[in-house]
Amino acid sequence: MILHFHNVYVGGTSTIAGPYEAKGPLRTTFDKKYQKDLYCGEKSFEQAEVKLLEDSLKILLKKLKKEPRDIDLVISGDLLNQITSSTYSALQLHSPFLGIYTACATSVEGILIGSTFIDAKKIHTCIAATSSHNMSSEKQFRNPTEYGAPKPATATFTATGGASIFLTDQKSKVKVVNGMIGTMINYDQKDPFHMGAVMAPAAADTLSKYFRDTKTKPEDYDLILTGDLGLYGKEILRDLMRIDHQIILGDNYNDCGVMLYDLKKQKEVNAGGSGPVCSALVNYGMIMKKLNEGTYHRVLLIATGALFSPTFVYQKKPILSIANLVCLEATE
Amino acid sequence: MEKKRYEKLVVQYTPKVPWVKNAIVAFLVGGAIGLLGEILLRFYVQALEVSRADASVYMIVTLIFFASLFTALGFFDKLVSKAKCGLIIPITGFAHSMTSAAIDYKKEGPIYGVGSNIFKLAGSVILYGVVAAWFFGLIRYLIEVGL
Repeated sequence: MILHFHNVYVGGTSTIAGPYEAKGPLRTTFDKKYQKDLYCGEKSFEQAEVKLLEDSLKILLKKLKKEPRDIDLVISGDLLNQITSSTYSALQLHSPFLGIYTACATSVEGILIGSTFIDAKKIHTCIAATSSHNMSSEKQFRNPTEYGAPKPATATFTATGGASIFLTDQKSKVKVVNGMIGTMINYDQKDPFHMGAVMAPAAADTLSKYFRDTKTKPEDYDLILTGDLGLYGKEILRDLMRIDHQIILGDNYNDCGVMLYDLKKQKEVNAGGSGPVCSALVNYGMIMKKLNEGTYHRVLLIATGALFSPTFVYQKKPILSIANLVCLEATE
Repeated sequence: MEKKRYEKLVVQYTPKVPWVKNAIVAFLVGGAIGLLGEILLRFYVQALEVSRADASVYMIVTLIFFASLFTALGFFDKLVSKAKCGLIIPITGFAHSMTSAAIDYKKEGPIYGVGSNIFKLAGSVILYGVVAAWFFGLIRYLIEVGL
């Protein structure tokens, strides 16, 4: 089902990047960069992630010249248990708070929920935020951070950063046109080092339903961006769309995980970036800039989430996935 | 798309693991660690005038010490991810797994952090090492009593 929005606009965004992202090709598009190390001046990686998200919220308010009381709702989610990065960083705002989780599909989920509230005239303003941290994720989902476990080429690299988007009913240069909430997808994938293969079917499902329901084609958009399928997941999605839905994704299709890093030079990222902030850093930075400038007129963002639970994988259960979609348009 | 057909598609886009290259690297690095161990062993026998059995304990402690130190200094994980089993299988891998877990959980304190997590990776090695040793000990005993 398509969610249509009539009076929802993007009032501004903020992006805070970690050291690996600051070395990537999009380094000039971030509002703040922590280049020294992954601790960002904090005592632990978890607290560093809180700091990144806190910074992102603060900088966004500063850019907007707004006070926390001007924000009617904060929606945030991240990868850590009990979404602690979101809750601790939202503490400073004292705004009504909704915590959400769909792993790396969180950023667009936040936009869809916030836009629905604004469109229904329940609220006027909303911030949707998300974060992830390479090391806090490694520690929670995989091995100790200093453990040099060999990783296959298909493994993705959790991006470090915090990113926020401000949604409002006041007209701006970028409009949130419509969106689609994804469904749970299971293709019996069990490899946590091949998240692209886990998430590609979810992206194909949402994207094909969206094209069908809006009666549009890939060529109708300046850019179609998936969240973090990576180098191999991206190709799997192209094949899935072609074989199952007879839809050809052309040169206007790309993946944020591939764009965030220089895959040739930054070998440590393997197949590309992942994590909720991966797509948010690309979308709220470079893409939003180009929409504001008018370089892009119509962009589809599909945030893809692998709902990976180590416990369930050890219990031989597959990894589920979901893809949430939002369409943004330049108003001028 | 059917799940079976999808699996084929995934395999098609999954780069092959360079098994042969990995095995050669592991053989060479693992061999080098073995050679280093032997050199240390002979060095201790000569320099400290101890028995070969005692010297082997010193040698193991030396390797554990340096693997742990290099893990703490933050570059051993990069070596391990390159050399793979060449560094994981020898005693260096065991030390690395314990030190890296200890570093990770230092922030949660000595009891709930380091104490309960230091064997996060090494626990399985110890448990099944002890079980295997017990079985092999039993086999040896049965052979020795003439069964």
